[in-house]
Order: sequence, then C-alpha cells, then structure tokens
Amino acid sequence: MAVLQARVLYEGTADGPVLWLDEPLSFWGGFDPATGIIVDNNHPQNGKCLTGTILVLPGTRGSGGTPGGVAEAIRLGTAPRAVIMQAGDANVMIGAAVAEKLYGLICPVLELSGAGFASLRHAGQASVTSEGQIIV
Amino acid sequence: MSASLNLNDDCAAMLYGDQGPALQFAMQLVKRAASAMGASELVPVSFAHIDACFYAGRAHVDFARFMLEAGAKFNIPAWTNNGLVSLTDENIRDPKTEMARGAKELMQLYAKLGCRTVWTCAPYQLPGGPVLGDHIVVGESNAVSFYNAAVGARTNKYGDYLDVACGLTGYAPLSGLHTDAGRRAQILFDTSAVPDTLKQQDIYFHLLGTFIGQSAGKQIPAIDALDPDAGEDALKAISAAAAAAGGVEHWHGIGRTPEAPDRQTAFAGLDPVKRVPVTLDTLSAARRSLTSASDGPVEMVALGTPHFSFTEFADLVPMLQGRKINPATKLYISTSRHVRDLAAQNGWIDALEKAGAEIIVDTCTYFSPAVRGCRGRVMTNAAKWAWYAPGMLGVEVCFGSLAECAETAVRGEVWRDANLWRELD
Repeated sequence: MAVLQARVLYEGTADGPVLWLDEPLSFWGGFDPATGIIVDNNHPQNGKCLTGTILVLPGTRGSGGTPGGVAEAIRLGTAPRAVIMQAGDANVMIGAAVAEKLYGLICPVLELSGAGFASLRHAGQASVTSEGQIIV
Repeated sequence: MSASLNLNDDCAAMLYGDQGPALQFAMQLVKRAASAMGASELVPVSFAHIDACFYAGRAHVDFARFMLEAGAKFNIPAWTNNGLVSLTDENIRDPKTEMARGAKELMQLYAKLGCRTVWTCAPYQLPGGPVLGDHIVVGESNAVSFYNAAVGARTNKYGDYLDVACGLTGYAPLSGLHTDAGRRAQILFDTSAVPDTLKQQDIYFHLLGTFIGQSAGKQIPAIDALDPDAGEDALKAISAAAAAAGGVEHWHGIGRTPEAPDRQTAFAGLDPVKRVPVTLDTLSAARRSLTSASDGPVEMVALGTPHFSFTEFADLVPMLQGRKINPATKLYISTSRHVRDLAAQNGWIDALEKAGAEIIVDTCTYFSPAVRGCRGRVMTNAAKWAWYAPGMLGVEVCFGSLAECAETAVRGEVWRDANLWRELD
C-alpha cells in the first residue's frame, strides 16, 4: 500500500478502479455525459467509459465547456467517482462544485504533480480521502 | 484551503452570505478558482461575456434557474454569447427536441438574470464594449483572443459557470492575462518571407492564425509584422483561427495591436524565447489542415464564424447582388441581430435573401440544428469552422476566400481563384 498526498481542488471521498488517460481530455466535445464515454476520435483512449472510475489524467484541454460536461455527467451518474489531474485547473473543480450545490452529489477533484502521478499509471484500485490522500 | 487569498470587505460580505445565497455561492466559486489558479488577490471586472447560456445539458438550465431563484442579477454589463438555437425563427429551423427546448429555456433564464441579450460570439463588433486596460471576463475562445489582442482588455479564458460567478460578483482571480507579466510576448513569428500581395488577402489572416495556433504551444505569440492598416476582420480571423487550432488566448501584432507598438514593447524588453519563420510552405500546410475535401459539388457554404461583420457584408453583397445561388447549394450567413439590422438598413439583407442566402442570427451554423442534416461537402471562409467541423459535424470541408465562397454558392461546386493560390499550391 502506498499513500500519496495530493492538492485538494474539491474535497470528498471515493474509491474505485483507476483509469489512466495518456492525454488531456475535453469534457465538452471529447466526452459524452449521456454515456460517460470518451468520444474524441483523436484521443488514445477513445471509447473508454469513465463511469465509476478514479480517473487519472494529465489535465483538461480545449473548450470552456468542461465544467458543464462534468456537472452534467455527475447529474446523470455517468461521471468518474474522483478526478486526479497532473496539472489541475479550475474547470473540473467548478463542475464538481456546481454539481454538489445543485444535486448534492460529490466528485472529489485532486491535483497530483511529480513522481507520485506516474506511479498511478499501473494502479488497480485507489481510494481518496477528503484531506487529499490517495491510497493505492 | 486558500488562506493566502486576500478578500476585501465587499468580497468577504458576499462570502458570508450578507448579499444572499446566489452571491454567496458565486463568491465561493470565485474563491475556489483563485485557489486553483494560485491567485492571492481578486480584481474587479467591468464587463462579462457569458458563455454558460449555450446549452450543454440540463445542468446548465438547473444552474441558471438556481441562481435566478436565489435572487442573482448582473450588476456589470453581461452580454450573451450565441445560443444553441435562434430565438427569432425557430419554426423554420429548430426541431422540437428536448435540446432545442432546453436551449431556449436557458437563453430566457439569462435574459431574466439581467444579461444584455446580444447572442453573439463577436461581441466586439457591437458599440459600447470594453476598452484598453479593462479587466473583463470572457469564455468564448475567439472573443478571449480578440479582446486581449485587438482591444487590450484583459481576460483569462473562463469556463462555464465561473464566467457567471465572476460576472455576478464583479470579481475575478488576479492571475495570468490579468497581470502585466502574464501578457508579454514570448515567441516571435517572422512574416518577412511572405509576399506582400498575399498579405493583402483575407485567406492570409486565417492561414496565419491557424499556423500560429499549431506552433505557439502555451506561449504568447507576436507577429512581426502586421500591416498597420489590417482591419478588424483580419484581427478576428487571426484570433479565431489561433484559438481554435491551438488554444491561443492572447497575441500581439507588432505595429498593429495596442500593446505592441514595437517589438521591444511587445516583449517587455526581453528576447523572444523562440523565433519561428512564417513561409509559403508553412501557410500551405495550414491550408491543407483546413481542407478535408477535394473540389466538387457543394451542399452548403457557411459564412460567419465568428459572426459576420458589417464590413464583411459590404464585401459580400456586390459579389451576389442580382445573382442566384445554385438550388442544390445552401448559403448560410451567421451574424448577430445588431449587425443584421445595420446591414438591413442598407438593403443588403434583402439583396442577399433575393439571391437565395439565409441569414442566421443568435446562433451559428457550426452548432445549429440547421446543419445537423448536412452530410456533403461544405465550403467556408472561416478557419475556425474548417478546423472543427470534420471532427464534430462529420462533414467534409473546403476552405476558401470570401470571393471563392460566393462564386461557389452560385455555381454549386467549388470554384477556385487560381491567382490567389498560385503561391500556396
């Protein structure tokens, strides 16, 4: 077991199977909130379903529509259980904050830079604490 | 979590709920964003261009309704971006889908929240907007790029909901492009190898913007040099293309844009970290990246991404006046109500409609249900449209000049001005 300390962008607890993405993702246009599936033809994990995972990705890209895509997926129950980004930004966090306010559903968002991030690549299961610890 | 964020009394009062639950939640979002962005101060903002009025699912409607019912009202000018549908002639174009209903409901909610309902992705074409040095909040990528570069107003690219939160509270995190240090040019694009004749053509600015977007990465580009007489449409083309092809949020046109009277000033006295030559080869490659179709019959010609300007109407009308668009081809022109009304005063809308063109307001051919059924070849004069459409709409695209688009619409098949492309083929 290993414990990694991340920066908390949106607090909450979660556990589940780790899904690693090789490239940044746009949650608007590159992801379908109705199904939870990546629909960006240029993304190496195109077709993967994010639902119920501890999602680990380098960051987001593209459109300012990401908060809406995240909030809509949380509303529909297709979202990851937690999102861990190497380069955190406001967009996923804002989507998570709006979803909790509107629907009472929590999706923690963390930033984990450095060597710890790469160590998640082959992790099977992970859990996230509200203090930002990632237990693998 | 963000113990290092300094809040003035006004902001602190909002955070404590003294001004009601809507502003409390909005300030919580702004504070969280400041923490995520590493800002230690907030800066007052004087203008917002709201992108969250573009329907992207039920959560958007629920958010706007929550804010309205919690008593929110914009206290600074807040202008709306395109909606997903047109509010003016929905019977013609909008299928009665849940998406179209949700989109209309969302647009009405932002009107009730106190937005000025301009419904345009090119708000800088309207009078009374921000000026040099203003701190503003913008989400639409081409408008972020245009306001920063061409106007010298200061904004980061604000994602949905945060644009609303900043607009409602009147504050944004002081970071990135709001700061002097975050605005200086870093990478130099040298255009001295490009023939002057090409620099006079509308296609040049779209190709240049596309190449810059593809090459700049996260660095702020400066173009050395840009024609001091390059018009607003040229700056729009560069802004939209660079934002679409690479996420450029700010750029300098040396000798043309307000923060770049000369190279020294644009780079704040420092050396460029990289110099990139712009050549006929690089522009040809940009052209290829905007054209996925071979020449042939055209199902649709799409003009006005970002929204068609008054001067673009002035250029287009003589090309189509008294002519007829091919019955097998649709010509759509997306614009704002404001520009459409100005053009109508000159009789231009009548002339274009007589020729068979359709004018679309409030929305964009790129998003509109109007084009959902189109599966054939599309020609456009807009790099942004050409960049996104093959992936997102599944259509084949030819990029061309405005004159080529007009002639193509009349002929019903792709027409090329051989002189225009001689150097770029």
